[in-house]
Amino acid sequence: MTVETKLTMTEQDVRSFSALHSEPEAFTDLRVQALAAAEALPLPKPDKTKIINWNFTDFPAHTVDSSTYESLNELPEQVKSIVDLEQKNLYIQHNNTPAYISLDKNLEQQGVILTDIQTAIREHSDLVAKYFMTEAVKAEEHKLTALHAALLNGGVFLYVPKNVVIEKPVQAVFLHDNEEASLFNHALIVADKSSSVTYVENYISTVPQAKGQANIVSEVFAEDNASVTYGAVDVLAEGFTTYVNRRGVAQRDARIEWALGMMNDSNTISDNTTFLIGDNSVGDTKTVVVGRGTQKQNFTTQVIHWGKNSDGQILKHGVMKDSASSIFNGIGKIEHGATKANAEQESRVLMLSPKARGDANPILLIDEDDVTAGHAASVGRVDPVQLYYLMSRGITKQEAERLVIHGFLAPVVNVLPIEGVKKQLTEVIERKVR
Amino acid sequence: MSTLVIKDLHVEIEGKQILKGVNLSINTSEIHAIMGPNGTGKSTLASAIMGHPKYEVTQGTIELDGEDVLAMEVDERARAGLFLAMQYPSEISGVTNADFMRSAMNARREEGNEVSLMKFIRELDSKMETLAMDQDMAQRYLNEGFSGGEKKRNEILQMMMIKPTFAVLDEIDSGLDIDALKVVSEGINQMKGENFGCLIITHYQRLLNYITPDHVHVMMQGRVVKSGGPELAHKLEAEGYDWIKAELGIEDETVGQEA
Repeated sequence: MTVETKLTMTEQDVRSFSALHSEPEAFTDLRVQALAAAEALPLPKPDKTKIINWNFTDFPAHTVDSSTYESLNELPEQVKSIVDLEQKNLYIQHNNTPAYISLDKNLEQQGVILTDIQTAIREHSDLVAKYFMTEAVKAEEHKLTALHAALLNGGVFLYVPKNVVIEKPVQAVFLHDNEEASLFNHALIVADKSSSVTYVENYISTVPQAKGQANIVSEVFAEDNASVTYGAVDVLAEGFTTYVNRRGVAQRDARIEWALGMMNDSNTISDNTTFLIGDNSVGDTKTVVVGRGTQKQNFTTQVIHWGKNSDGQILKHGVMKDSASSIFNGIGKIEHGATKANAEQESRVLMLSPKARGDANPILLIDEDDVTAGHAASVGRVDPVQLYYLMSRGITKQEAERLVIHGFLAPVVNVLPIEGVKKQLTEVIERKVR
Repeated sequence: MSTLVIKDLHVEIEGKQILKGVNLSINTSEIHAIMGPNGTGKSTLASAIMGHPKYEVTQGTIELDGEDVLAMEVDERARAGLFLAMQYPSEISGVTNADFMRSAMNARREEGNEVSLMKFIRELDSKMETLAMDQDMAQRYLNEGFSGGEKKRNEILQMMMIKPTFAVLDEIDSGLDIDALKVVSEGINQMKGENFGCLIITHYQRLLNYITPDHVHVMMQGRVVKSGGPELAHKLEAEGYDWIKAELGIEDETVGQEA
């Protein structure tokens, strides 16, 4: 693989794309500056995975045009099965095209905003200016965040005003069915004071191969006493080089929960970071992964405690088969002054074949005395005594292994709030571990 | 009628010989109890019958109605009609007790002829009631976080749902208080009948106050050294094991290791 250091998009390309979407000048400037910075900025350095030779910059087309959907009946079957057809709060993006959007009228009247990111950049520029790549993820962090800011071509914006509690989940589906497409998607989710929302996103490829880039950033803001539950099932095709960065910022008494089913067939670098800024804030991250083929992946989950009495939980379970390899870095960081903080983590890797590789790497960085912290990590094969127990009830070895693996990945499956998505994740696991 | 016949069974664990020629024959409609002090090979016999991966049979045979049990995989033995209530059941995270039991029942049925969900739930509810188990235990993960007593009840629950031809109960009574012992015994007694045979392994005669065995065997030094009727259990309760040791000239009854 050759590494193209020269970017395929010029400043002029970025300016024209920005103009085409009538973006405010400030946003155009942000893109142009990020593009200029991207050339010189280094790649991120995920611990224990060398990505220097990965190709994050080549892609056949920045945007492709795809069809929109007038009604949910027009959705391809694979998408239909994961969407609750009664679902009122729904955003569907077809490759780079916002294809369907709907929001409960009551919520709209209460001031909830659900829209594609380009519309948000145009019509909600004050909110976007306040939250977009300012606090959680910064454009100048490294080459990939800079590229993301410069080339952003899709995504979703969700704003929940003060005291509004959204009972039904809000769903975003990103359908990838054009192998030329690249996804520079940004999800910006803002839960204002004392609000509450559950957001579930699906990345789904219905073509077996991709030629583009997936450079995805999510930023979640839970203001004082707000609560955000963020579920995701990623099933992107082989061929993408996937960089996915999902971060959250929790203020006083706020809560952010993640349930991430990372089922890509592409090489993937994932960063999932929660900043517990406010006192009594809670960050709970659950991630499950299945790696197969020759996939290389790195999953870094961090919870960074600033707030007193903040609670951070990290759970990661990965299954590796064939020659797949994955690194699971779990980082609990307690800053000075975050007294009574609690940082817990558990990373477990199950290997299904002798050539698979998995590495669980728990890290605790503590700069305060009055805290509690703990970690557990294990890497191993399916326990023969567990198999013996299940088989002693008449269950075949194959079925016993299946039960153990599904059980191992259940922590995320069970907490996904949409039945169709839960089922989809179960089926993807089934397909990948078979 | 079915018959389980164990002949001259020799078993090793990690190169160490534990069973040194066990002979035993059990018919359906019979309840057998194996008693004996610690470390005489009782649990090894249970594990060897089921096919625990750590136990190696070096000599002898086990036959179920003439079929060679030792040639079968663990799951095949179960489907052929054997069941072992284990002393230390595994905990399986993420798999609910109910899902597991349905899988176990369906493993015995042809595809397309699975047990119906309603019928399964009705049966599970009624058996759990017999065993005085909380309804929520059906939806808890298999044995995860179960107390010792809950695990034992759960083993008996599985036996009652699966309805094996022969059940081996490995120290099902250890760690149970008297109330739990009564409900577990009630569960076992419900199974009694012409299509069910049972081998109860225990240290204590206490369990046999609630379940009357037809045959009682005593194991020492990796062999069955004495067999008799229910009166043998009473005598052991009253007089201990020393008289048997004296009778047989045994000084150390163990096989040299906890087993």
